[in-house]
Amino acid sequence: MFGKLTWQAIPFDQPIPLAAGALVVFGLCAVLVWVAVKGYIPYLWREWITSVDHKRIGIMYCLLASVMLLRGFSDALMMRSQQALAFHAAGYLPPDHYDQIFSAHGMIMIFFVAMPFVIGLMNFVIPLQLGVRDVAFPTLNAVSFWLTAAGALLVNASLIIGEFARTGWLPYPPLSELAYSPGVGVDYYLWALQISGVGTLMAGINMVTTILKMRAPGMNYMRMPMFCWTSLASSLLIVAAFPILTATLAMLLLDRYVGFHFFTNEAGGNAMMFMNLIWAWGHPEVYILVLPAFGVFSEVVSTFSGKPLFGYRSMVMATMAICILSFSVWLHHFFTMGAGADVNGFFGIASMLIAIPTGVKIYNWLFTMYGGRVRFTSPMLWAVGFMVTFVIGGMTGVLLAVPPADFVLHNSLFLVAHFHNVIIGGVLFGAFAGYSYWFPKAFGFTLDERLGKGAFWCWFLGFYVAFVPLYIVGLEGMTRRMQHYDRPEWYPWLLVAGVGALIILCGIALQIAQLTVSIRSRERRREPTGDPWDGRSLEWATASPPPVFNFAALPIVAEEDSYWKLKQRAREQRRLVTPEPHYEHIEMPRNSPVGFITAFFAVITGFCLIWHIWWLVVLGLVCAYITFVVFAWRDESEFEIPAEEVAQIDRANREARAEYLRGLSP
Amino acid sequence: MSAPAVLAPPGTHHVSSQVTGHGAGGPAPKRIIVGYGFWIFLLSDVIMFSSFFAAYAVLFKNTAGGPVAQQLFDLRNTAIETACLLASTFTCAMAGLAVGERNQKWTQIALLATGLLGVAFISLELREFASLVARGAGPTRSAFLSSFFTLVGCHGAHVTVGLLWLGTMMAQFYAKGFTQNIRHRFLCFSLFWHALDIIWVAIFSLVYLVGTLPQELLP
Repeated sequence: MFGKLTWQAIPFDQPIPLAAGALVVFGLCAVLVWVAVKGYIPYLWREWITSVDHKRIGIMYCLLASVMLLRGFSDALMMRSQQALAFHAAGYLPPDHYDQIFSAHGMIMIFFVAMPFVIGLMNFVIPLQLGVRDVAFPTLNAVSFWLTAAGALLVNASLIIGEFARTGWLPYPPLSELAYSPGVGVDYYLWALQISGVGTLMAGINMVTTILKMRAPGMNYMRMPMFCWTSLASSLLIVAAFPILTATLAMLLLDRYVGFHFFTNEAGGNAMMFMNLIWAWGHPEVYILVLPAFGVFSEVVSTFSGKPLFGYRSMVMATMAICILSFSVWLHHFFTMGAGADVNGFFGIASMLIAIPTGVKIYNWLFTMYGGRVRFTSPMLWAVGFMVTFVIGGMTGVLLAVPPADFVLHNSLFLVAHFHNVIIGGVLFGAFAGYSYWFPKAFGFTLDERLGKGAFWCWFLGFYVAFVPLYIVGLEGMTRRMQHYDRPEWYPWLLVAGVGALIILCGIALQIAQLTVSIRSRERRREPTGDPWDGRSLEWATASPPPVFNFAALPIVAEEDSYWKLKQRAREQRRLVTPEPHYEHIEMPRNSPVGFITAFFAVITGFCLIWHIWWLVVLGLVCAYITFVVFAWRDESEFEIPAEEVAQIDRANREARAEYLRGLSP
Repeated sequence: MSAPAVLAPPGTHHVSSQVTGHGAGGPAPKRIIVGYGFWIFLLSDVIMFSSFFAAYAVLFKNTAGGPVAQQLFDLRNTAIETACLLASTFTCAMAGLAVGERNQKWTQIALLATGLLGVAFISLELREFASLVARGAGPTRSAFLSSFFTLVGCHGAHVTVGLLWLGTMMAQFYAKGFTQNIRHRFLCFSLFWHALDIIWVAIFSLVYLVGTLPQELLP
């Protein structure tokens, strides 16, 4: 009846996961009860859960990423404290549990923090920057988000019911095969990723279609803001790389569930094929993450330097060059496979080549700042911190791309320090820069700058204190994923790294404080014009938060930096230079619960596949199909916003802007 | 905090004469967007198949002492399968013409023919699979057979999903007629069905034809 699922699945004998799980369940229930008591459920259902508005979905993506960041970071704290304690000792985490923690940490941080954060920013910003009303497929967008959330839920369920993978963040066979990982841990990993992977692929398709087919009149390719370009490159990579992940994980699932021999030791299986396939997805994946971050930095640097982006065309070229080159370097993740000097040489050189377009970008940002009147707001601090940190990470990356050096450093903490250097310094700083930059656009009030800057300095310093020691112990020969060790020369460095993690913890605490303080004082922080940073692209041309239809009339883009130039003329004349548009009614897509319902059945199906509850798997799939058919049967997919309402909303914003212009000193 | 800079959205000046570039005239119409998005999805699907093709190529010789391709593949059966699928593509295109004419009767007939040919294809494939398993050449026998069953089975699974979709389409045309939404969906369905054909052509050539080449001609 319940497959492999019994009471033994709940770890009553292991206090740490049990307590952590109980805490999560308690927290979740507390939130649900609070929401229900306050009577917010109808509001949440109407305005958020069933929403197909790209702005709402983008915000929910970022919220999911933030919550999962807390989960992933608590794993990180546990690893750092274990290694700080485990010198000539067992520490407090048994190997069995420690292995699950580092696996969950990596998997969560990549798939459920970094990915949803960048996809969330893309979702929120892209239609606004393109000057259109929504993404190409609004309902599909909701399905994408909820499938990602479904995957995250399954990963967290493994905390309490059963176990998680002990294989590292990528489940390398043969360790991940049934013979060596007989439990449900790897299955949790695989099904959570298969479900969220479908969501990610759909999100990528949606973004590509939106950017290539839906732009405001006059917005040709060379007038798109840089963030649109990097998001396009990133989404193209999603479309080209995620199917490889799906196929690879499907092969591992077939091995585990029905005894196929793709990667097994016996019957001709080839484990190294897994490494090749997974990294043919995995290396593009790091560019999927970092390219949108590059886009955020481009917007931020140009806005806060008060200058157009230096070398826009070279930036576009560099972005697309990275997009293509990213598919030709995957083998550098396993130079030690023994493919031979020629093959390693090819992939080593290809990896180093990527440093060229990346260097172009760094210089472009520097030259954008050069001669500008730079305002060091918190988004700008993240951007400058990124430039310093990312250059260091890039240089250790070029070092690792030298195959002989890689043979020495392979699987050492030097490598761990390198990829944290680029992912924290690149992707996460980019996500935080984007969060603080676009928050006022999303909610109509600004974030507290003092706490924001404090959070930046804690993250920035904490990062160096935590990861420079890992470079050093890596060079001293310490391999990754060690549960205990007895080398005295490593010990002090690992203590320092632990302190670094605590400094980062302070940064996270300050971020939470910043959000809380800002929300509580939001009335004081309201920003009526919708353009608090003196921005340059179209998202700043509408109100904050933008109305559901984004723009009362689609903006017409006559030149590069068109909004900025119009704004300059308005400033000179101290009045609005555009006449009031002729308001018409606007058709917008209707809300739809189909994303939430699909994800609900995806969770049930995934969970039952993990625990071999076959009858419920079938039931879940049938219900998902019925959901789609019911959705396909709907007649009214759009609703109409009357012209008067559009006019009212738009006039309020125009009045706020006109008032600001009148107040300018001549 | 910087001074807020302000201006109304650039609303209503005329479209400049220098509008260039693709899609620059404003958002494309819905039919284009739907078809384009579905094309992108199909490309991603092709990439997924290419991973299975790659795995098949890598594992082709890893027969672990078990049967090899020449002993297993029956070109006659595969030729009939191919004929069914190609014919179903033809009838699917006929359905497209009938939808264009808003002709309910011929739409239903052509779609039914497409579905029946699809069912015939799937039945023949299942028969082939069953006979392989019966001869001890199931997917668990060797890595080669695992990759063969996965590649061909993945295509079969796509056809099966396509049949489910086709049934739903027929019901929708019958119940709701030729509304814009449903015609867009039919456009996607026909793209899907044709794409499966292209993938089958690759499977037929690279798996069955190459697999039955004499040993000395194999790479």
